Parts: sequence; C-alpha cells; structure tokens
Amino acid sequence: MKHEIIADVKRDHIVNLLNSGKRIDGRAFDEYREVSVEVGINQRAEGSALVKLGKTQVMVGVKLAVGEPFPDMPDSGVLTTNAELIPLASPSFERGPPDEDTVELARVVDRAIRESQCIDLEKLCIKEGELVWIVFIDLHPLDYDGNLFDACTLGAIAALKNAVFPKLEENGRVDYKTKTEEKLPIVDTPVEVTFAKIGGHIVIDPCLEEEEVLDARLTIGYNEKGEIVAMQKGGSGTFTQEEILDIVKRGREKAEFLRKHLPG
Amino acid sequence: MKVGEPEEFIIDGKRLDGRRVDELRPLKIEAGVLKRADGSAYLEWGGNRVLAACYGPREIHPRHEANPQRAVLRTYYSMAPFSVYERKRPGPDRRSMEISKVTRQALESVVFTHLYPMTAIDVYIEILQAQAGTRCAGITAASVALADAGIPMKDLVPACAAGKVGGHIVLDLFDIEDNYGEADLPVAIVPRTGEVSLLQMDGNLTQEEFEQAFKLAIKGCMQVYEKQKEALRKRYGGSEE
Repeated sequence: MKHEIIADVKRDHIVNLLNSGKRIDGRAFDEYREVSVEVGINQRAEGSALVKLGKTQVMVGVKLAVGEPFPDMPDSGVLTTNAELIPLASPSFERGPPDEDTVELARVVDRAIRESQCIDLEKLCIKEGELVWIVFIDLHPLDYDGNLFDACTLGAIAALKNAVFPKLEENGRVDYKTKTEEKLPIVDTPVEVTFAKIGGHIVIDPCLEEEEVLDARLTIGYNEKGEIVAMQKGGSGTFTQEEILDIVKRGREKAEFLRKHLPG
Repeated sequence: MKVGEPEEFIIDGKRLDGRRVDELRPLKIEAGVLKRADGSAYLEWGGNRVLAACYGPREIHPRHEANPQRAVLRTYYSMAPFSVYERKRPGPDRRSMEISKVTRQALESVVFTHLYPMTAIDVYIEILQAQAGTRCAGITAASVALADAGIPMKDLVPACAAGKVGGHIVLDLFDIEDNYGEADLPVAIVPRTGEVSLLQMDGNLTQEEFEQAFKLAIKGCMQVYEKQKEALRKRYGGSEE
C-alpha cells in the first residue's frame, strides 16, 4: 500500500517532466544510457559477458554440454536460456522458484537468439540423432536499474560470440579444463530494443524509475539485416497502432547503435 | 529442414487446410456454459477447444495480494495433458507462465478494477485441445467469460494471430503453419479505440511484412470481436450495438 502511494506521486512527477520534454535522469526521449560490454570476464564459462546499461549490470555465462538432440531435430544442437533474478541484484527480487517476470525475461531473450538463427545449430551436431552440443545461456543480473531485456540480450549475444568449445574426449565426455580454439558458430547478431510508454510519451531504454510507472512496454528484436525476429509487448496499458508502426521503424537504428558496442 | 515440414504451404491459392490467406479458421463461441463459475465461455476455433471461467470479484487469497485501490485481476492459462500430441506434463511450465502474464496484461486495460478494491477477479483458461493459436483463443474466451460474469468492462478484447508461411503473410496460423512457418504474430486489441493490448512475435519479418501482418491480424481481431458479441447476444438477447 505504501509502495503504491509513493509510486503514484513518483508517476505524477515523471509524467510532468515528460510533458515538459524531460526525463527523470536527464536523457533525451530516444537516448540510451551509457552502454558497455566486456567479454571473457569469467574463466569457467565457455563464453561470458558483462553488460552495463547505465547502472544496470548483467553478467551472462554460456556453458556447453553434450546430450541428446530433440527427436524432431536429430541433427541440431539444443539452445536453453535461463534467467535468475537473484536477491543480491534488487530489494524487489526474492529467493525461490522463478516467477513470471523471470520466466518472461528468459523467454524474450531466448526468442531473439533462437528466431534470428544466430547460432548455426546444425554445426553443433556430433552424431546425428545421438549426440549434440547443448548451449546454456544463463542471464544473471547483478544490479537491476531497469531494462533487463536489452541488457540481457546484448550480454547473451556477446557471450555467445565469445564462447569456445571445450575439448570433447573420445568417449563423449567433455574436458572442461581444456578449451579449444574453436569458436561457437555464430552467424548473426540479434539485439533487442525496448521502448516504454508513460503518460502518452514514448521513451527508449526505461530506467528503473520509469519502468516502475510505465503504462506499456514494447521490446523488439532485430537481426543484422534490420529484420524483426522477436517482439513482446508488456505492461497493462496499450499502444495505438500508429505508435507500434513508428516504434518498429525507429528501433532499427537503435539496434545498430547497440550492436556497435559489441567487441570485434 | 525439420522432420515433417511440408514442401509448400499454399497450393493454387489455398492453404493446407483449404483456407484463403486472409481467412480465419471456423470460430464458435458460447457464453455461460459452466454452472459454478460466475462467468464462463467455451470456444471452438479450428482444432482448438478452450474453456474459460471467471470467478469474482471475490475475497482475495493470499490476503497480502489485496490492493486497496483496485481489484487484482489474475489469469491462469493451463493446458490439459491430453490437449497436445505428446502428453504435456500437468501444471505450469515456463510457456504457460508467460502466457498467463501477457493474457492478464491484455485484459487489464479494459476491466474497471477500481470498482472492486481489495478483491480478486480470477480467470482460468483451460486448453482442452490445441491446434496453435491457443493464447489468442484463451484471451478471446476469457474476455467473454468476464463479460458473462457481469464484470464492468470498457470493451471485449478479441485476439488473433497473423504470420508468415512459405513466404506468404497469412491470418490465423494452424499447427502445421505454426510449427514450420517463418513467423507468428499474435495480437489483441481494444476494438472501440483500436489500441493494441497484446503483441508478440517470433520468427522473421521485414518491416514491410510486419506492417502487412500486423494490419491483417487486426482485421482478424475485428472478425473475432463480432463472434464474441454474437455469443453474448445469444445468451442475453439484445440488438446490434
């Protein structure tokens, strides 16, 4: 209850600012917070990345394992994306099994990675129908200050591009202590761009305070060609059809902007 | 190529189930089908069979979820174990958790929750038989069940998907198209304002294709809307508009 009242006051403040053309953290409506991407930050993971989006920090680890393929895709590797909203990262995160926000985050990031076909899964086949590589992407926010979707997707693709295979032994076991030179076959670079609608205004990359009061949210995943590979509307509010068409067009160049922050 | 993928999706202008590209599967909605629920709806949409039940406004459990300013809308999407070819393990999985969430968010904007503070409005969606497009079917049924329960609402919320199969933009994908097609774009709208309350996409669309599919999905929603109103009129009488 207390939280609600504070949120209402805060919402009025944020909307009033937007009405006069300002954002609570001083950014332009179409301006991202400072973006940084570091890769290879974890020695145990096959691939890793640390993404900072303003004060939001996300660590992403890619682990590889061998296992059986799905029966309907006998010659394809398997992709699994998981998110963990640990209580270390925010006073609003709780311990326990993943809640719907955690699940949504993992699934929306997974959607861009999977649907862009950025991992050449057929190259992950070891023995058709029997043994394939399984790619685990673990999204691990460390400090939650809003817009985990964009930060996690950027971290996921950065960590995938950073990943190398561990040594596969004759008996089908993986020797995790010996890394090979061989990189994971990554053939596209999907990124996600998130817009928030607050009091009729559309802003990009919502910070936490904006995220807490937003009416609706739209996340769009783009591949390198600028095609749309994933979308997710969130929030209890609505978008007009014109707003959606406009956002989809504007998001494309923002995707390019984010992609530039990926190392080599 | 996946196992079982058809070589062509459209032959002589017809889809694999005989429809035109802009044609919905046959849709039938009935309101007020369950005795114990405060409101309910049954829907048959192609091979989908969906029941939705609304309970509330009622006392909320657990109590700490209560909101002193409005009713809490809770939606639960669930698939029966026998609703799909390979038995689905009962209980919520990641997919149904996400669908429950986006369903709630698709409906929240139309329900006048501020009229019933400290209560819960629970909507249960049960997919009895699935043939793709079940989230849209669920939202469509849920808003009829809410109306059947007499919950004050701005409007009904129809939902419908469009997508891309074999290079063509088509309306309302059925399972083969959904499994092997290039993109799926489920949309829900508030028809009175034309606003969009659910939008998801997976697959691959250019900007132009997106625009085309998006507009087609909205046209589909408007057809679904007519069926929703028809179902309520059939149950409660009343004239057009």
